[in-house]
Amino acid sequence: MPTPTDPETPVIEFVDVEKRFGSNTVLKDLNFSVRRGERVTLIGPSGSGKTTILRLVMTLEELTGGYIFVDGEPLTHREKDGKRVAVSAKEQKHLRTRIGMVFQQFNLFPNMTVLENIIEAPIHVLGQSKSEATAKAHSLLEQVGLPDKANEHPMSLSGGQQQRVAIARALAMDPEILLLDEVTSALDPEVVGDVLNILRTVADTTNVTMLIVTHEMSFARDVSHKVMMFDGGRVVEEGAPEKIFSDPTHERTKQFLSAVLRDA
Amino acid sequence: MNTLTPLFTAQPSGEATGNIWDWDFALEIFPEILTAFIQVTLLVTVVGTAIAAILGLVIAILIRVLPTPLALIVRWAANFIRMTPIVVQLLVLYYGFTWMDPLLIGFIVFGIHYATYMSEVYRAGIESVPKGQWEATKALSMSAGRTWRRVVIPQALRSTIPSLGNYAISMFKDTPFLFVISVAEMVSVAQDLGAQTFRYTEAITIAGLIFLAASYPTALLINRLEKRLAYAN
Ligand SMILES: Nc1ncnc2c1ncn2[C@@H]1O[C@H](COP(=O)(O)OP(=O)(O)OP(=O)(O)O)[C@@H](O)[C@H]1O
Ligand SMILES: [Mg+2]
Repeated sequence: MPTPTDPETPVIEFVDVEKRFGSNTVLKDLNFSVRRGERVTLIGPSGSGKTTILRLVMTLEELTGGYIFVDGEPLTHREKDGKRVAVSAKEQKHLRTRIGMVFQQFNLFPNMTVLENIIEAPIHVLGQSKSEATAKAHSLLEQVGLPDKANEHPMSLSGGQQQRVAIARALAMDPEILLLDEVTSALDPEVVGDVLNILRTVADTTNVTMLIVTHEMSFARDVSHKVMMFDGGRVVEEGAPEKIFSDPTHERTKQFLSAVLRDA
Repeated sequence: MNTLTPLFTAQPSGEATGNIWDWDFALEIFPEILTAFIQVTLLVTVVGTAIAAILGLVIAILIRVLPTPLALIVRWAANFIRMTPIVVQLLVLYYGFTWMDPLLIGFIVFGIHYATYMSEVYRAGIESVPKGQWEATKALSMSAGRTWRRVVIPQALRSTIPSLGNYAISMFKDTPFLFVISVAEMVSVAQDLGAQTFRYTEAITIAGLIFLAASYPTALLINRLEKRLAYAN
């Protein structure tokens, strides 16, 4: 069972995933997969486990049961002689370099300049030359609309600018998978649109697989191929955004969407 | 402590002229006191601070990265050293390692003793680095070495510089303890000079002023360093 099941090898596959925090089971028997280049938005009420799913993929949380595959390879554990065996640190790092994440709170390194933030990992993790990484960083800064901020320190930038740098930093690693956890929630309303437009462009111009958690329903509708509605750590309903947003099947989804759309 | 009594009673005695302050005598003994200051007091403080600053950081990192049982041993050893008086540590090494140069004992004891204090400062500094910073390094697959060198230590240091500087000044003020292992540091030299002539006022005052003249710029330097480490600009 715990081998990738989809014939065309999904980029991400959850198999019987369980996540407990102490005695609190947050995810249980969770199975889903994401195809290459697919953009999937996770929606659902607070505490339903959306962030936890992203953090499990980024290996920021420990998986307490089941298996996660990235490109068909086990991310944290594999099954061996009927037992769950942890994969080596080296195997995990190899997969992790293909995954990037943008955080709600940006998490830029305040002691480095914008440029240093962006080139650190390409140079020291991917082994790029400094000139190569720097050239790429400048073009990414251009792409996110901050061509003249390379030598600034993050603290001197606005929240929206910091988040755009964080997006550039994640893209500099050429990730196969990009994880976005409520990346506009900490921003002033007037700059949310800028950040979302940059992400729309990334979606349009690259083939990066995206796992998105957002409360911006119009953004979700525009960029995602699939929307998954979670509640209590389970998938209630999934489908194309047009279907989920316009004609949800389940009562729980209807309630959630009407609450969200009313607040918006 | 008995030898200090004349200072407090200000009792002119022996060949004393009756003046409380004798400029000629003060100028005569000043070079000798200053030499002792530079060759011992300052040297022990600088070398001791360097050892303490580096070793303290190593201890703090070890406690953080070693597996629990080993980390506990390091922590217990550091607590033990911190909780024992520095005078006792000086004497133990002095009598236990008679072949060792007393000045070297001074470097080691002051360095290690203060390293245990500084490790606590570093520990607090490391803990003050937000969880999100660690998560960002992991999301970028940064190695443990780069994470510590480029992210955690620079950010931890920022909040620790003032406390580290204060410990350096406090070490400086502890150097007179070196007299218990017969190192001719500034205060004992001053005291000897006073004892030879029964004029303690000049000798001890000069020593005190030299302490002040050295601590004050150090405090200013720490202040500037603190500002330079601030992020914006
Ligand atoms: N580090 C943790 N320790 C203990 N419990 C946790 C931890 N992180 C998350 N949880 C719990 O896991 C559950 C799911 O949390 P999660 O953050 O994944 O929800 P979410 O769907 O992202 O919610 P929100 O929309 O509020 O961000 C919650 O009940 C939360 O309390
Ligand atoms: Mg969340």
